[in-house]
Amino acid sequence: MSASSAGKSSVVMHALKDALIAGIVAFGLFVLLLGFLADDTLGKLRPLPRPVLLAAAVGIVFVGRFLISLIYYNAAALRVLLGELFVAAFALAKRFRFVLLALMIVLAFVWIYRVPDDWPLVATIIITILFAVWLGLTPALLALAVLFPVAFYSNPYYLGIAIIILTYVMLGWGLNIVVGLAGLLDLGYVAFYAVGAYSYAIIAQAYGWSFWVCLPLAGLFAAFFGVLLGFPVLRLRGDYLAIVTLAFGEIVRIVLLNWISLTNGPNGIGSIPRASFFGIPFTADDDGFAARFGFEFDPTHRTVFLFYLILALALITNWVTIRLRKLPVGRAWEALREDEIAVRSLGINPTNTKLTAFAIGAMFGGFAGAFFATRQGFISPDSFTFPESALILAIVVLGGMGSQIGVAIAAIVMTASFELFREFEQFRLVIFGFAMVGIMIWRPRGLISSREPSVYLKERKTISAEHVAEGHG
Amino acid sequence: MSEPLLSIKGVSAFYGSIAALKGIDVEVMPGEIVTIIGANGAGKSTLMMTICGNPQAREGTVTFEGRDITHLPTHEIMRMKIAQSPEGRRIFPRMTVFENLQMGAATAEGGSFDEALAKVFKLFPILEQRRSQRGGTLSGGEQQMLAIGRALMSRPRLLLLDEPSLGLAPLVVRQIFSAIRDLNQREKLTIFLVEQNAFHALKLAHRGYVMVNGRIAMQGTGKELLEKPEVRSAYLEGGR
Repeated sequence: MSASSAGKSSVVMHALKDALIAGIVAFGLFVLLLGFLADDTLGKLRPLPRPVLLAAAVGIVFVGRFLISLIYYNAAALRVLLGELFVAAFALAKRFRFVLLALMIVLAFVWIYRVPDDWPLVATIIITILFAVWLGLTPALLALAVLFPVAFYSNPYYLGIAIIILTYVMLGWGLNIVVGLAGLLDLGYVAFYAVGAYSYAIIAQAYGWSFWVCLPLAGLFAAFFGVLLGFPVLRLRGDYLAIVTLAFGEIVRIVLLNWISLTNGPNGIGSIPRASFFGIPFTADDDGFAARFGFEFDPTHRTVFLFYLILALALITNWVTIRLRKLPVGRAWEALREDEIAVRSLGINPTNTKLTAFAIGAMFGGFAGAFFATRQGFISPDSFTFPESALILAIVVLGGMGSQIGVAIAAIVMTASFELFREFEQFRLVIFGFAMVGIMIWRPRGLISSREPSVYLKERKTISAEHVAEGHG
Repeated sequence: MSEPLLSIKGVSAFYGSIAALKGIDVEVMPGEIVTIIGANGAGKSTLMMTICGNPQAREGTVTFEGRDITHLPTHEIMRMKIAQSPEGRRIFPRMTVFENLQMGAATAEGGSFDEALAKVFKLFPILEQRRSQRGGTLSGGEQQMLAIGRALMSRPRLLLLDEPSLGLAPLVVRQIFSAIRDLNQREKLTIFLVEQNAFHALKLAHRGYVMVNGRIAMQGTGKELLEKPEVRSAYLEGGR
């Protein structure tokens, strides 16, 4: 006993010494880099000391190094130390788990009650997590999505972000068909988003047709472009496919930029007709939505409608994907991802299989584009740059290729964290990068990496495939 | 004498400018097990792939059920009553056993899926137990059974097997070969077998061909070939 306690204290001492050295090195490095700001406001250059920033940086290094030494180099000793604490805490929590649950619910409701006209986000998140534990992830997220506009009706900022998130969920699900199911790496998905947006904008402006007529047309156009991209890349795989799709995305953007007579070039297309409630516009006059249904006019009506519109579109994408996976064509996509030669040896035409994947994925991209155009009312080629493609692909990869709920969670995390870290300005991308690296280290096959079989046996077998290591990387 | 089910006449195939097959003549009669044996690089697998149209034969003809299939694309050939269990098994590792079998029936015309499935499960009962397990989690022998089962799901008349014994334990090899014999005797399935395991293959087959450097060097019934001293020394007692 005495030996182990002596071991513990020497571990801590050793880590402290380590951290001290790291701190001194950090101070030496940062004292000029961060410690002083070259300030020239008064016309002459002088150093402005920034002791707080310096202290913070050195402090981070010190604490970080201390923890690393403690955890990595003395894992066994630390485990003994923390293990006893953890076991005790866990036993206590398990014993009083209902009390804890009740306490959390009460806390959440107290929070809501105290700020009655605006549910704070934290409470919503806590309730969603509780729901997820209780009923499972999918119903919890669905309930959150359906109730979101009710809860945040008075907060257009949150509603706006939620609409953006749902747009990315839909784009992620659309790209998931191509990348996740068919295994065709597509770096130019934003091209179909752009084609959808521009087709909607141009058709709606030129012919004055309603959103509900233009939406399928935009999808069709995008699907056509999907086939157009599909043909030249049929023989390509992996890296080569990625390069060509990347180029395709750029070609579409550059054409949009230069075909001024059709797309108005870099100035973009403005005053795109807004979505109407099945023909009833969201305006303040007598024909408007509010007057017809006896409400008082409120611009949020349109936002809420847009929210439910994109929710419905995203859910349709999801539903179609789930259905397709159970049909021969969906199975052929997945088989194609696994082994193209085997697919051919089974008499399946890989050409048609790839083209349908490109076309259907592109179609949903086009729907999302049409929605984007009607929501924004203004589109320009700036909205359809490569980073957009990269973001959508990142959502699919981080979500776990082929997993529908994983993609939804990744879209929420990525888009919401972009908003959350807005005040960090350009450091957002650094955080984004760190998050990507972290996920690739800890969950290399995505947040939700297990593939759901498309057909189940009624009874559960004792050995589930999840518990057996898969024989491939 | 009945028509051959599969007939290969004077077939040459090339990888780039290198000839892999140099004028091969092989015939497979309905109901037969025919095997091709030969050393590494003799062109056995190339012959199998040429039947499937990948690569296509540059000279000669491949005829199946009296129809010239030499220049058809692979997926159209595989849509006829031909099925293949490819070299290295090539099952779909992330899909379940059941989904793999469904893929096998993707182009099957007529007949019931359940019936074909029951037959496969009867032949390889282990697959039924593993039904909802992922293909990649199966053992090598089970994967080979799955590959054969998947090929059978399309109810072929001719089954092409490319090295079904590759990398398997002797006991499993015997199991697979007895399943092949079963298929031939009970289902009257015609089987074209490419093998390195010459002893087992020749014992199983009605007729065999020995391939050397892209040519057929010898042919005869399985028994005849097994007794030939050249075959014995080259393929059966090589290690001794």
